[in-house]
Amino acid sequence: MKDTTQNALTALGNYGFLLRDVGRDIFTKGVNPKELTRQMVIIGNNSAMICFLTAIFTGMVLAIQTAYGLQRFGAKLYVGNIVSLALVRELGPVLTGIMLCGRVGAGIAAEIASMVVTEQVDAIKALGANPIRKLVSPRIVAGLLVMPMLALFCDIVGIVGGGVICVYELDVPYHSFYRSVVTFVTFPDLFDGLAKSAVFGLILISIACFYGLNCRGGTEGVGKATTAAVVTGSITILISDFFLTKLLLIIH
Amino acid sequence: MVGDTMKSEPLIRLEHVAMQFGPHRVHRDITFSVNPGEVVTILGPSGTGKTVLFKLMIGLLFPTAGKVYSFGQDTATIDEEALRLIRLKIGMLFQGAALFDSLSVYENIAYPLREAGVEDEDVIKRVVTEKLSIINLPGTEQKSPSQLSGGQKKRVGLARALASNPKVVLFDEPTTGLDPTSGRMIDELISTLRDEFGITSVVITHDIQSAKRFSDRWIFINNGYIVADGPVDELLQSSAEVQSFVEGRWLNENVISPN
Repeated sequence: MKDTTQNALTALGNYGFLLRDVGRDIFTKGVNPKELTRQMVIIGNNSAMICFLTAIFTGMVLAIQTAYGLQRFGAKLYVGNIVSLALVRELGPVLTGIMLCGRVGAGIAAEIASMVVTEQVDAIKALGANPIRKLVSPRIVAGLLVMPMLALFCDIVGIVGGGVICVYELDVPYHSFYRSVVTFVTFPDLFDGLAKSAVFGLILISIACFYGLNCRGGTEGVGKATTAAVVTGSITILISDFFLTKLLLIIH
Repeated sequence: MVGDTMKSEPLIRLEHVAMQFGPHRVHRDITFSVNPGEVVTILGPSGTGKTVLFKLMIGLLFPTAGKVYSFGQDTATIDEEALRLIRLKIGMLFQGAALFDSLSVYENIAYPLREAGVEDEDVIKRVVTEKLSIINLPGTEQKSPSQLSGGQKKRVGLARALASNPKVVLFDEPTTGLDPTSGRMIDELISTLRDEFGITSVVITHDIQSAKRFSDRWIFINNGYIVADGPVDELLQSSAEVQSFVEGRWLNENVISPN
């Protein structure tokens, strides 16, 4: 128990050092634009379809479930309000974060961990380069920039999915649904959601890089690093979501 | 050549180096120098921390105790930039070549040049072509590492190590897993680097015949200590430990403590 706690605290400290090094690197040296663009495409473009499918079905099922509850009070017309608010403030950012943990976080952790076990990370250092600058900084900046875009994409797709169910299955007039969305969701709601998604991007990418760089024990270690990155990233997103939500509500 | 260079300042010096990973003590007291122009081979049973010595020399690891001086600077106390400049003077051929999978052969060899700030693409191209011709793999520029055989990967790894015109090259088991012809070629390359380019080499190998061919000096380590250090012919005649290792009679129980 004592060892486990000590190991966890050591890992937390090392994660803090990684964030410090990345921050220092980004603010002093900047990020290679070519590599940043490449990472943005990998993280963003290649994740769009997964986000689309997740968002559209979440939006649809959310509409069905909300209508099921609200029709008991004769309040079916408010489905649009609840679906859009839930997606913009909560589900868009969180689901995007969780999905990207699986797709992008696992990929990054596995790639970097493989580079560690095949000594490629040592080779980067031996050739006079800095692995943080080469491998971590561009990915983290890309995550920070792309996650809000994907979350916004998820918000829109999810609302459209919910709208389709409302109009074609729940007999809510199109104009009622549209009005409920545009009048009910405010700019602070959108800002909160996008701000949270940027933090989730930072969390999931940095955790994936951390586990990748600290991989030990050959190919078995690559598997362990990948699993740890996905599990820790997902849980950290859910925990930080609570605190971020409280913080943002206090700020408003 | 060895005799002349002995008078010069050593390029790399380890002084009473001890290295420990958790409870595991890899090195207890290691002291030796690498002088300009010589080819030094580090021998020893598997698991005695030979690769760790390379990582200490290049500043990828730092000793638990003792000092490592590379080009006169203590690697543990200098800043990142000074360490980077030292690394550019030391080329390293990793055991598995450690080529970057996502880059072509050309980009792998160009990597240290770009890191050293070379921007002129013509210069980079000329250096890549020259290094590829040294390792006898012309025309492979656009191939990816996955398209190369094990021997070819090691040769490209060597070309990459040579790209920044290092003063010292560290070879970590350069001939392991290679066919005799490729192995022989690497041996000749090590000799050529010394004879024609004056490059100092430190080699880790278990191939005794290779080590006899190109080495000026052997260092034999075991259990964290240097058991023998000297010219090859001398050690083969005078060191019982080296003789038993070379003849395959070495047992790990033959623990030799210093002095």
